[in-house]
Amino acid sequence: MNIAGRRWHLLLFRWALMLLLLTVAGGLGYALLSLPEQAVGLSEQVRVNMEMSGVQNPVTAVLLNFRGYDTLLEMAVLLAALLGVWSLGAAEAHRRIDPQPVLSLLVGGLAPMMILMAGYLLWVGAYAPGGAFQAGSVLAAAGILLLLSSKRFPVRLMGWPLRVVLVIGLGVFTAVGVTLLCVSGGFLQYPSGLAGALILFIEAAATLSIGVTLAALFLGGRPQAGPYR
Amino acid sequence: MSAALLYALAGVGLFTLGLHALIVHAHLLRKILAINVMGSGVFLILVSLGGRTVGAVPDVVPHAMVITGIVVAVSATALALALVLRVQAATGRAELPEEPLE
Repeated sequence: MNIAGRRWHLLLFRWALMLLLLTVAGGLGYALLSLPEQAVGLSEQVRVNMEMSGVQNPVTAVLLNFRGYDTLLEMAVLLAALLGVWSLGAAEAHRRIDPQPVLSLLVGGLAPMMILMAGYLLWVGAYAPGGAFQAGSVLAAAGILLLLSSKRFPVRLMGWPLRVVLVIGLGVFTAVGVTLLCVSGGFLQYPSGLAGALILFIEAAATLSIGVTLAALFLGGRPQAGPYR
Repeated sequence: MSAALLYALAGVGLFTLGLHALIVHAHLLRKILAINVMGSGVFLILVSLGGRTVGAVPDVVPHAMVITGIVVAVSATALALALVLRVQAATGRAELPEEPLE
């Protein structure tokens, strides 16, 4: 094809793309502008039902109680993503680097603090911003920090103990849901009075799973069975 | 125009920017970044539309949905990055092949 024809095609592509993007942006903008200025949404329903949710933080109430099913499936998505990454191959063997003393000292001090902070975030989620996902993220950050600074996790923990921790969140969530289905006849319908304790129990398991899953995703592959090179 | 609407329109802008980058860039890493920018636009729209309540307390249901969405986006990004690494290992490059324009 000659150069003039190619340039003409490129120009046509640019204009078509511009038209497409303007249509998308215009359509979405029009849809937003035609919404009412004020909308109560579901906030009224949340407020009325906060009493029986077992927690005082409305976001936690929505995540773990009113829309617990969403969160359960989200745990499944997290696990599925990790299985996808693992099925693509083993993680690359880490190069052994000798961390500088400052880094070593800093990470050694930070990691326990971050684990403590994850526990605090998990606990505070019942009545203030926080919860399983925030706590899990901090836990994952601690794990990634350790991985980056060449701290090795014991090889014997890389087999089935790792896998148990990975599925414990989804497992506990599902077990509680099925138990409640058998006892009270509704999937994840917490009995009043027990709701707070059950939510904390599920969130604790979920925090562990989320943190370890995210850190394992960072490895980019299945941890190798053999000792690290 | 209310502040909530302004934020939501900014979200539309982010989404469109991401869509543009997704289409024009052949490199797969750029495509993953573009999808993440698009996702951030959607989250911004959701959160800001939750702020249209009458009182000071926003609607928490979209907020909870965004928390769910962020975790799903992070895990999907990790899977996509692992796939890109495999593509790179298999073909030697992390780009879509340049199609000759007919």
